[in-house]
Amino acid sequence: MTRPADAAGASYAGGIAMTGVTVRYRGTVALDAFCLEVAAGSIMALIGPSGCGKTTALRAVAGFVRPDAGRIAIAGRDVTGLPPAARDIGMVVQSYALFPHMSVVENVAFGLRARGQPGPAVRARVAECLALVGMDGFADRLPRQLSGGQQQRVAIARALAIRPQVLLLDEPLSALDAPIRRAMLDELAALHRDLPGLTVLYVTHDQGEALTLASRIAILCGGRKLAEGPSQALYRRPPNRFAAEFLGQANLLEVAVEGRVLGGMATVRLGDTRLKVPDADIAGARALLCLRPHDITLADASAACSAACNLLPAELRMVHWQGERHLLELCVAGQTLRVSLPPLRMPPAPGTSLALRFAPDDATLLPHEPG
Amino acid sequence: MLLWSAAARSTAWTVLGLLLLLVYGVPLGLILLASLTGQWNGVLPSHMTLSHLAGTLRAEPAAQLRASVLTGLAASLAALAFGTWAALALRRVRGGARRWLELVFFLPSALPSISVGLGLLVAFSRPPLLLNGTVWIVLAAHFVMVSAFAYGMVAAGLAQLPAELEQIAESLGAGPLYRLRRITLPLLAPQLLAAFSLGFALSMGELGATVMVYPPSWVTLPVGIFGLSDRGAVFDAAALTVLLAAGTVAVLAGAARLQRLAGGK
Ligand SMILES: Nc1ncnc2c1ncn2[C@@H]1O[C@H](COP(=O)(O)OP(=O)(O)OP(=O)(O)O)[C@@H](O)[C@H]1O
Ligand SMILES: [Mg+2]
Repeated sequence: MTRPADAAGASYAGGIAMTGVTVRYRGTVALDAFCLEVAAGSIMALIGPSGCGKTTALRAVAGFVRPDAGRIAIAGRDVTGLPPAARDIGMVVQSYALFPHMSVVENVAFGLRARGQPGPAVRARVAECLALVGMDGFADRLPRQLSGGQQQRVAIARALAIRPQVLLLDEPLSALDAPIRRAMLDELAALHRDLPGLTVLYVTHDQGEALTLASRIAILCGGRKLAEGPSQALYRRPPNRFAAEFLGQANLLEVAVEGRVLGGMATVRLGDTRLKVPDADIAGARALLCLRPHDITLADASAACSAACNLLPAELRMVHWQGERHLLELCVAGQTLRVSLPPLRMPPAPGTSLALRFAPDDATLLPHEPG
Repeated sequence: MLLWSAAARSTAWTVLGLLLLLVYGVPLGLILLASLTGQWNGVLPSHMTLSHLAGTLRAEPAAQLRASVLTGLAASLAALAFGTWAALALRRVRGGARRWLELVFFLPSALPSISVGLGLLVAFSRPPLLLNGTVWIVLAAHFVMVSAFAYGMVAAGLAQLPAELEQIAESLGAGPLYRLRRITLPLLAPQLLAAFSLGFALSMGELGATVMVYPPSWVTLPVGIFGLSDRGAVFDAAALTVLLAAGTVAVLAGAARLQRLAGGK
């Protein structure tokens, strides 16, 4: 599908800044001194488990909930006290909330009409936005005559029609089934390529969506921000146990920190094995070693440990075949370790002793927290 | 209904149909029959005539129909406007305050209509509010009797509306009036029509409060029917009842049609 470039793409230019935003609902603290900065033109994903305050954060930016404390700025302008209409935002909610009594065209035109724009300008902009989301063929349908994915596109077109600085998306794909979700994710990415100046705050509980779409990710838990960073860095170097476990799968092994070596490396002991890993600022002698299942491979039992890698003896417990991958469950010094491998011709039998190998750089040391 | 076999379902529908016929159909049918009756001594009328129904075309019943329809329209439209306003205004109010206000609204419907009429009579019989003997006191009585229903229906409809629709509209730049006109009221159309229809129907049949307050210049059909049957002119009263029913159905059908035209585009 080819997309017309948005003529006004350049006018989207405003980041979001939330500082110390606290929201209480009758006693329960939904958002606790929350700070977040979304650079103009970037996509920030806000992820976290259910009930952690993601929607509340988004609604605070939109102006639907008034923070008990803190400030919110959009495009450098303090909007904390402004009503939603004055904030220059477009919002798409989980249920899409299309106006059921209006056709697709009327839905998309709503914001422009409400702002009193003249008819010809409204018609041109509506056509442009419907083309942008590939819905130009459905102009006269009612929302109930559209599929979930189509409703979602109309909701996005409606939000974009008023040329907002900021697009707020609250779990926009959660009502769709997996194949459509993947396709819509690609389309959202394409949409952002067409509107490079648009700032997007994307709320989801799906880490896959966040990693695919966003350049930065913030992780929320219990109304607090537990981690934030560029998506890849956050995935490769999670700062804490929660981030490691929430963003992708992680093996977290308890290790003893033995000493620091030159070049920012540390030696840790796991059972009787010494491993070299990137050093991290960790107090105390105990730490968690974070290893992604697909960063570990099988080594020849006879292989010597070169300086560039770590070898880890392990005993195989179980082998799961998952079609395109083999998942091995192993025991290392009394702790469970999962390894995800490309399909094996001859999977070893449970009970076999194996040597595992991983590059020091693929491991991350985390502060020790009991799970 | 949780009946799966076709036989069980048709039996259930038949029984239900018969019950409804007994409760609704028989009284109405008997009134229709009475309006066509010249003489009725045995089980069935012995002599049929159209003269009672023809009598409803005279000036007096026509004036009563006019008074009833105008009263019904005025009271139900006023109740609709007020009930909608009150439901919208109270939407954001939660808890105790709202429950008390609703109680005040609903109380007139719980009282005998005669008491409501009496109350209005006492309240509006001296200056500065001297409404006694005017049409206005009839309208006031009908308004009091039907406004709670309008409020209740619109409030129930509002509670069903997803808050997100109006919030999205707001974020798109729609002011309160624009939202009301383009989102809230159109989505409430079924409830508004139902509230109007119920209010109008209740007002058309209102007797207890009306007899207490009506001036001689504004006799509604129920008052006329009451007068006739009081005098023993039962068949004429039945004929007027048929007129009342016909007038009510005509207005309600017209309202439903108007809405279909407005909503169908
Ligand atoms: N209107 C409300 N009144 C009272 N409590 C609320 C309200 N809205 C949210 N909460 C509470 O605030 C907390 C955060 O809710 P929020 O909707 O922001 O979570 P979320 O992260 O979006 O969750 P989910 O992934 O399930 O959508 C929850 O504990 C929730 O129960
Ligand atoms: Mg949510």
